[in-house]
Amino acid sequence: MQGLIQQVLNALQLGSVYALIALGYTMVYGIITLINFAHGDIFMVSTYVAFFVGTAVISRALHLPGIVVFILTMLATMFATALLAVLIERFAYKPLRQAPRVSAVITALGVGLFLENFTLATIGPDPRFLPKFFPVVTFTWSGVAFSNIQIIIIAVSAVVMLLLDTIVRRTMVGMAMRAVSWDKFTAPLMGVPVDRIISITFALGASIAAIGGMLFGMVYTIDPYMGIRIGWWAFISAVVGGIGNIRGAMLGGFILGFVEIFTPVILPASTYRDFVAFSLLLVLLVFRPYGILGRPVAQKV
Amino acid sequence: MNALRAFWNRVRLFYESWPPLLRRLFVPALLVLFFILALVLPQAGVLNLYQQQVLIYVGINIILAASLNLVNGYMGEFSVGHAGFMAVGAYVASILTVWAFPRWGLGEYIPYLFPVALLLGGAAAGLTGLVVAFPSFRTRGDYLAIVTLAWNMIVKSVLENIDAIGGPRGFMGMQKLTTVAWVYVWVVVTIYLLRNLVYSNYGRGILSIREDEIASSLVSVDTRKVKITTFVVASFFAGIAGGLFAHIIQFINPRSFSILKSTDVLVMVYLGGIGSLGGSILGATVYTVLLELLRPLQVWRWVVGPLLLVLLMIFRPRGIMGMREWRFLVPREERSQAIASIKEHIRRKREAAAPVPVGGSSD
Repeated sequence: MQGLIQQVLNALQLGSVYALIALGYTMVYGIITLINFAHGDIFMVSTYVAFFVGTAVISRALHLPGIVVFILTMLATMFATALLAVLIERFAYKPLRQAPRVSAVITALGVGLFLENFTLATIGPDPRFLPKFFPVVTFTWSGVAFSNIQIIIIAVSAVVMLLLDTIVRRTMVGMAMRAVSWDKFTAPLMGVPVDRIISITFALGASIAAIGGMLFGMVYTIDPYMGIRIGWWAFISAVVGGIGNIRGAMLGGFILGFVEIFTPVILPASTYRDFVAFSLLLVLLVFRPYGILGRPVAQKV
Repeated sequence: MNALRAFWNRVRLFYESWPPLLRRLFVPALLVLFFILALVLPQAGVLNLYQQQVLIYVGINIILAASLNLVNGYMGEFSVGHAGFMAVGAYVASILTVWAFPRWGLGEYIPYLFPVALLLGGAAAGLTGLVVAFPSFRTRGDYLAIVTLAWNMIVKSVLENIDAIGGPRGFMGMQKLTTVAWVYVWVVVTIYLLRNLVYSNYGRGILSIREDEIASSLVSVDTRKVKITTFVVASFFAGIAGGLFAHIIQFINPRSFSILKSTDVLVMVYLGGIGSLGGSILGATVYTVLLELLRPLQVWRWVVGPLLLVLLMIFRPRGIMGMREWRFLVPREERSQAIASIKEHIRRKREAAAPVPVGGSSD
């Protein structure tokens, strides 16, 4: 029983990171129906930004409390990542908005590969650790061990998701985003600045991925190709939940977190996790292509 | 550029002035000549091992690009998992030549049985093409792209988990059976068969699915059958390419067939131009040779491919050839029609671009 709760905690920790990244995929798809394959690599870049900013801040020896360094690094990382995403949107995707959809998807694949290989060429392939913002404290509560890092990850993710849900449902920007996603031809007639809203969506998605990247880097090592695996898993999360649907992405993230943690429990080895995750995706796409929470779209003739 | 075009026109006029029989035999004669060259040059030591290897890679990539073009260019679907089919072909062909043939007492005939191994590898890959073909009945576009991608990942994951064939460590022991001549033969066969498919009645069905699936089903194109055929044929040739690939590098592991490989093939297809076999030949050749020329750049050369892809999509999404075709790849009876339709297209474009005279027509 303790083992099970332990695993559930691990799954929640991993699932919240997947959910945070999946949000970026789903928001961009929702607004311009583009599968932004570069998103996983934007996440990867964000962990490197966090690495450099965090190291720089800590090495200044300002003796700031850990929480301040953590928040400072997070803000800087969010800003830099958002800037990167907006630049990518402006220079790679925007010229293709009138082009066939496939062109934009291929461009996204290309941008992702570019980010990976560029990072590889400039920073190198060695895995790195994020600096420690907090001393790791492990609590044990009736046989279940959990660390303060784990609590921070789950709590921060929960807050971010609630915040995003509020932004999308309750603010003017959110309303504009929903309007563009609903009908991108009528929205500008109603005075919605479509280009700016698309940029905001990219920035929002990327900064959420940056939060995910920082949380991820506190537990695991980072390397230039991490964006592929994590990115794909987050992408599956978005599709499983119903791509374009924000709550679906959150749900999908946690489902994929559970799949990853519980695959080695049920199957002989953890190497089967990709097989399980992608088979799940394949089966789902055949029987319910619009995901768990998504709505089917009728094809107009 | 104009001088080049004038020169080309003169060459063409000269060619047109030949007697019909000579013209008819020209392309086959050229193909035979190249075959003899492919056979003789490596033997005579004119090409060193590295040059041979580059030529072989070019050939393999042409097969990959042309077969992917069938799905992405001619049928208008978006497949991102071509390396998955390649992997199936590579592993099946390798297992045949390394384990099965020696065990069946055919060890000494392996060089002669190589095409059989390739064909069986291709057939296995073609069968797995059904995995992608069936979901394509219900899903299109983005979602089908995800299906093909998931398929690529599943193949890789399954190969990593079968310990008998090396798992993540890979599989080795293949003889170096792939030669320039073999690759050349397979390239010619692939292009010839794909050309015949594309210009057949069946091929019209493939094109009509690209233009409008619902409309084509209304004019009694059996879209399901056409989709199955297209995916199976494309994966068959990917499997052949995989078998050839395995028997030149003599070591395969699941990572060789990741999504990166699929993206490479995508770059070739879109660089050359969709819906054009000549484009695929050109795209595969240019991309492969370019990456070899960029070898001194080391890691940076991997930055060039993606960058090229992005710039291509923004500035020339049609690729080099873009829906045009080399003349000799168009069947004889199509040529005059095809040329007429292109001329008509150009004429309409000019008319649309020309300013409308004010105050009615002058005549």
